[in-house]
Amino acid sequence: MTVTVLQKVPRRTRRPRGARRTAVGWLFLAPFTVVFLVYTAIPTVAALGFSLTDLRGADLRHPFAVDFTGLDNYLRLFQDQIFLRDILNTAVFVAVGVPLTMGIGLALALALNSGIRRLRGAFRTVFFAPVVTNVVAVALIWQYAFNAGGTVNKTLGAVGFAGPNWLDDPNLTMPVVILLGVWRNFGIAMVLFLAGLQAIPQNVYEAASLDGAGRWRQLRHITLPLLRPTTLMVSVLLTVFYLQMFDEPYLLTNGGPLGSTESVALYTYHQFGAGEFGMSSAASFVTLVLVMLVSVVQFRLLRPRT
Amino acid sequence: MTALAALENADMTTDRIAVRRRSVSRPLLYGALVLCALLTMLPFVWVISGSLRSLDEIRSDPGAWVPQHLTFDNFERLFTTQGFGRFLVNSVVVAVMVVVGNIVAASAAGYALAKLDFAGRRIAFAAVMGAMMMPLTSVFVTQFVITVDLGLADTLTGVALPSVALPLSVFIMRQYAMSIPDELLEAARIDGAGEFRIFFGIFLPLAGPAVATITIMSFLSSWNNFLWPLIVAQSMSSYTLPVGLAATSQAAAHVTDYGLLLAGAIVVMLPVLVLFLFLQRYFVQGVAGTGMR
Repeated sequence: MTVTVLQKVPRRTRRPRGARRTAVGWLFLAPFTVVFLVYTAIPTVAALGFSLTDLRGADLRHPFAVDFTGLDNYLRLFQDQIFLRDILNTAVFVAVGVPLTMGIGLALALALNSGIRRLRGAFRTVFFAPVVTNVVAVALIWQYAFNAGGTVNKTLGAVGFAGPNWLDDPNLTMPVVILLGVWRNFGIAMVLFLAGLQAIPQNVYEAASLDGAGRWRQLRHITLPLLRPTTLMVSVLLTVFYLQMFDEPYLLTNGGPLGSTESVALYTYHQFGAGEFGMSSAASFVTLVLVMLVSVVQFRLLRPRT
Repeated sequence: MTALAALENADMTTDRIAVRRRSVSRPLLYGALVLCALLTMLPFVWVISGSLRSLDEIRSDPGAWVPQHLTFDNFERLFTTQGFGRFLVNSVVVAVMVVVGNIVAASAAGYALAKLDFAGRRIAFAAVMGAMMMPLTSVFVTQFVITVDLGLADTLTGVALPSVALPLSVFIMRQYAMSIPDELLEAARIDGAGEFRIFFGIFLPLAGPAVATITIMSFLSSWNNFLWPLIVAQSMSSYTLPVGLAATSQAAAHVTDYGLLLAGAIVVMLPVLVLFLFLQRYFVQGVAGTGMR
């Protein structure tokens, strides 16, 4: 056995070079590449193209009859009161949803990390369960519970409050939709913060305690600063989530009442449903640009420290 | 993935913290955590109690917490009158295609990106990372047009295809492959094994944990996927469970047959929750690894 191997060495140790090596590499990549080209690369380029035309659903069979309209769709978008309102709604999702989700996630991560041993795994399981739960199912539960006569109001009634009609009042739907988003996402924030907390070296705390720093000072001057990279990552991740918020408002209220919870993603979907493919693609590109901006800001912020 | 290693060591490190941080009031901490856990569980309690109540009972007192008479009638109606059997089969078929596709595509691509040196590798990796960040909501219109052109609209293949090679799976597999020592593969090359033999004979048998994570992640994303199946599946024959449930919900809006809908919610949620209870580690790894669902 050894002999045969040795005999083969001079010929076989030469790894495939040049064209052959490249062919082998791409052969391994082929299944992914095909799906990537068909469902990511081509659609992205095509969407950019669509957004510069007046393509409508009915034109799909004769794509060459479509007019190139340049930036018209984008100009129309930013003059559309509905789109501007949806941008504002999406901004509210981000501005309220992200800090709330992060705050709860961080608080729970700190609690689970501070000397709790019993039931630790059980708590983690419970807090992470919403992340894996199906959004359609949860939205139905939310509707059931937040109905005028639903469980939430029944419970409020038992303690003497007359509950409002949550999902029909334009002022109340936003908080209910955000609550659903927060419920679904805080587990991700918690798990990422837990991992971040575990990566902080323990001797820093030991040194601080020797110097007489109390728990709150340690939190303020050690934990939070050292958690900065994690905090940044979680905030970017959640911002991207809430920027694309579709499932929750679509299922709970379909953007209503009176468009009070319509997000940019929902606008894209509604334009698509109305056959306005050009406008829909333009709106989707606005989302894409926003998501990319967030990522660029993240890299800028992370670079000096890492 | 270093964060994950840290997470695995969590229990060990905590012991040391525990000694130092006696000042935290234990009962208070546990009390707060239990309260949070109960609040988190509320929707699950609502869905279980609601699904076991009859239509009459829900109509007369929609908000009650506890069913007066337990009934499984809602579940029965779901499968006999609402076509949930079909949706369930569709969801399973789509999930199998997605999971198998991901194992094949991602293990091969991840291996190549981590262990093979060839022209274009950097571009390919950049494409994977870029695709991971790509918001679905910005390409679904053109993805739909392509699916129509391929003749796959309203088919289960059309529902599954965009997810059969998830960039997240490739990323997880590539990270795992990086941790396998080059010497091992080099030794096989010296023994005269070709890249495909090394891949099947050495790499894949070692990649068990990564394959498990990919299986769970792609199953989860397929089972819970909503926007894409909503667009592609146009008739009940190709509805997956979430789309079927949403459609049932819209149809039942006037009747507000919540017992039926909540039973449907349980059918949709249960498989994933049961899997999650047993395979928690892989769920957390997949989500925490890159922070994606």
